[in-house]
Amino acid sequence: MIKDFGKYVIMFFVLVLVQVLILNNIQFSGLVNPYIYILFILLLPFTIPGYFLLGLSFILGISIDIFNNTPGIHAGASVLLGFLRPAIAQLVSSRELIEKGTSPNMTQLGSANFIKYTVISVLIHHLFLFFAEAFSFGDFFETLLRWILSSVFSIIIILGSQFIVFKN
Amino acid sequence: MRSLFRFLLRNYFVMMFLALEAISFSLMVSLNNYQRVAFVNSSNDLVGTLYERFSHLDDYFSLSRTNARLAAENASLRKQLQFRIMNQEKYPVNRPDTVEAPAYYFASAKVISNSVNKQFNYITLNKGSRHGIKPDMGIISADGVVGVITNVSPNYSTGLSILNKRLSIPAKINKNNYFGALVWDGNHSNTADLKEIPFHIIVNVGDTVVTSGYSSIFPEGIMIGTISKFDVETGTNFYNIKVDLSTNFRTLKYVEVVKNTKQAELKKLETNNVGE
Repeated sequence: MIKDFGKYVIMFFVLVLVQVLILNNIQFSGLVNPYIYILFILLLPFTIPGYFLLGLSFILGISIDIFNNTPGIHAGASVLLGFLRPAIAQLVSSRELIEKGTSPNMTQLGSANFIKYTVISVLIHHLFLFFAEAFSFGDFFETLLRWILSSVFSIIIILGSQFIVFKN
Repeated sequence: MRSLFRFLLRNYFVMMFLALEAISFSLMVSLNNYQRVAFVNSSNDLVGTLYERFSHLDDYFSLSRTNARLAAENASLRKQLQFRIMNQEKYPVNRPDTVEAPAYYFASAKVISNSVNKQFNYITLNKGSRHGIKPDMGIISADGVVGVITNVSPNYSTGLSILNKRLSIPAKINKNNYFGALVWDGNHSNTADLKEIPFHIIVNVGDTVVTSGYSSIFPEGIMIGTISKFDVETGTNFYNIKVDLSTNFRTLKYVEVVKNTKQAELKKLETNNVGE
């Protein structure tokens, strides 16, 4: 348990740093902004208490906000994802797996289910994020395009990293 | 009362979710107040230090480009100096006037963080209130206008770049002095819109757009960009003008902060007019 705790703390910092120092500098036509830090929320164990899940999501989001000068936007999107995560987890995995208290990673869920889990989560998180950022439905199609393209890239990066970690 | 507590306790997950979302939304909305919530902001020391460390690393990869740019700026300044000296020789009685001290001072600073791909882009500099930087000072680079400072901490400062839809810069077309407002279109990091130019004047592709000097933030005549496209929307009296920005925000490294020593005096004078 203690070992796992340390692992998650390290993961938190690594993901935030990778996000703000590397991925935020990807400048590709202004439409592609991948946000992979939510991998932290995705990989938290199934049995984590609700208040902990929401609290951690909020802290993660606000950390990204501080670096990005976007108060509240990432926090809001992360908290939404944290809130919906139990429902998404139920959708993609069996009851036994959730009660066993494992972490929802690729080996536990199987690649097909993990891909489904990632795709749904990223789409929800990014949808909230990009419309909250635009703060209007003015450039609706522009924002829609930004949402779809960025989601595709986030999903590729998240799944790629997981395939590398769990390739054996 | 007890059943209320029991209800809250049973549904604490939903309640906590709603509370955290409410906090997030209030942060988002307070962002509209321009002066943003003090701690959620990259001018704070921890974030500033981290960005600065990383930018040191990044510097080595752009050394040659930065050198070339500085050399070009040096050459252009030397040319202007030559022109001044020539004038001085022609009109030797032209003594410097001590009453007319220059209104604008420039302080160099380094960009340690900058984004171009958001709807509201911010820029972080490595100088702060200890170096005399204050909110409402302009930021320019060798190529043109960059943005305006909004928040300062002792060692760092952040500002809106032109690539932020909340910033509007008073601009004019250099050749005929018609002025309008320059606002970012939110799409590309190298174009912005020039608004409020009436359609009876003649505009050409390639015309230079510079700051108008009406804002006390920027001196007059700082380069903004060149007109790349224009048309008249039916039913309006104004042009739709697209401006190619001269500053390349993707490779921005060194900037100058503009201090207007007479800004306070000017502001006081201008607020006197409001009541009349």
